Amino acid sequence: MQLKTGARLKSSVCDGEIMVVKAPAGPVELTCGGAPMVETAPAERGTIHPDHAVGIRIGKRYITEDGELEVLCVKAGDGGIAANGQLLLQKDTRQLPKTD
Amino acid sequence: MNVMMLLEMASAAFPERVAFTDSSDGSSLTYGQLFSAAGRRAASLRQSGANRMAMLDVTSVATPLGLFSSAWAGLPYVPLNYRLTDPEIEALLARVTPAYLVTDAARHGRLGGLADIAAATRHHFLDDTLHPEDHADEWSMDPDEIAVLLFTSGTTGAPKAAVLRHRHLVSYILGSVEFAGADEAEAALVSVPPYHVAGIAAILSSVYSGRRVVQLPSFSAEAWLDVARRERVTSAFLVPTMLARIVEALEGRRTADLPALASVSYGGGRMPLSVIERAMALFPDTDFTNAYGLTETSSTITVLGPEEHRAAASSADPAVRRRLASAGVPLPGVEIQIRDDMGRVLGPNERGEIYVRGEQVSGEYEGRGRVTDTEGWFPTRDAGSMDESGYLFLEGRADDVIVRGGENLSPGEIEDVLLEHPAVRDAAVVGIPDEQWGEGVAAAIVAKPGQSVTGGELQEWVKARMRSSRVPQRVVFFDELPYNETGKLLRRVVREWLGTDQGA
Repeated sequence: MQLKTGARLKSSVCDGEIMVVKAPAGPVELTCGGAPMVETAPAERGTIHPDHAVGIRIGKRYITEDGELEVLCVKAGDGGIAANGQLLLQKDTRQLPKTD
Repeated sequence: MNVMMLLEMASAAFPERVAFTDSSDGSSLTYGQLFSAAGRRAASLRQSGANRMAMLDVTSVATPLGLFSSAWAGLPYVPLNYRLTDPEIEALLARVTPAYLVTDAARHGRLGGLADIAAATRHHFLDDTLHPEDHADEWSMDPDEIAVLLFTSGTTGAPKAAVLRHRHLVSYILGSVEFAGADEAEAALVSVPPYHVAGIAAILSSVYSGRRVVQLPSFSAEAWLDVARRERVTSAFLVPTMLARIVEALEGRRTADLPALASVSYGGGRMPLSVIERAMALFPDTDFTNAYGLTETSSTITVLGPEEHRAAASSADPAVRRRLASAGVPLPGVEIQIRDDMGRVLGPNERGEIYVRGEQVSGEYEGRGRVTDTEGWFPTRDAGSMDESGYLFLEGRADDVIVRGGENLSPGEIEDVLLEHPAVRDAAVVGIPDEQWGEGVAAAIVAKPGQSVTGGELQEWVKARMRSSRVPQRVVFFDELPYNETGKLLRRVVREWLGTDQGA
């Protein structure tokens, strides 16, 4: 699917939710726990693929290796986020001095 | 993308933690209470038929509730300056109707009957029993919706309403604050007015980091010191005039004796070197951070951090020491350029106008559109330069630079030298018409109580420390200098005073 910056997507296999911080130019297959991420959570959840059960933590950011896609975890979950089958990496954030 | 998401995350991660405390009456809200109250007020806002929310009141726990409930309901939040007169406020309100107005009881009586205004007192707004039981439906995630309209303190003409969309504010927070980065004991003392961009930024960054906000609705140096001590405040943001008053109130003391205060950030104007040096001595264990930003850039764009403060203050190299007077380096994701009058990009240490670009930069005013160029650069109208290492030096507003015989003089540099004089409490330097040079340098001085100094002595003082072109040709003494309520020096007024010589 074509991702839009600012969009909120839900896992269809766990509690996880993300917001797209940076969207790549072209379409991408975004999954959580191995299943497609959706705008509205399904009534019945699927199961997490064991290879994609790494979990996401609230407030952490996840990126593709090329940095073209970045998401923010807004709700923790047990599934891992992947783009076109590749698990995203947790982004290191630099601690900045408090400014306000 | 919506600023409500920041509160939702904080409320999910630490619902029981205290989010806001009003130091004037002790009332407070936890993250969980604030989230739930925002959902219910959002339902009230949607029912009211308003398409803006106007907040006309001193800081209280209603301030963050107003911001977040507006975001939830999908209405721009419009904090108004409560120091304005009723006719001025009515003129601004007329630009944001139909509006839901929250204000104090006295103003509610006077303004509540205006057309297209649904008015509530602060008391009514905060009373849970007067709002729907259920939260409003989900908020919009459209990043282009307007989160905040801020009337800028324009010194000429009608105030402009700067437009800050959800994507600007959320980008700023995600780019500068770590989620849940604060521990439970941390508390930020917020004394800037709620209609200042720093007041908005303080709410959002504190919520996202999980830091309790202690609100000080009415600033005085004594009250600030008292609340900082009583509430064991760990961080604070101050405008330069506030820090100057605090330093003054501690005159004669060796230290401020606020051991919990780990960090102070300051911004919103040029900090005199004499004030920051004195403050660093009075608060030896406190980290100082200088933040430079504008309403149109969602607050901070450059930062001079604590390590850089210490390195500069203790360096023997004048180029490094000078950085103490700088606004630091751009935040990640923010780009800065210095350009000349023709729009050409200048090199290191060349003075020109500061341009800025980045996700958090709005550069848009309601009814006027964007003033950014085709590549997204926003002209700040601030004058400055960058050194070889990218440290930004502010020279004041571009319109305030004094052009004397073709030479550009920065009022701030001359003010710094005047403020180092032991008998000078405050100083403002402006350009005045001069037949020979086009513009001449004039200084308005406030002497310290019980001290006396003459204009001739101050001219000698500057002459001994700067090039002769910087020496004020006119020095006039006053009891006070004119500042607006957020500590911005009203140079236009000083120019009028010095043009007519009405000193004390």
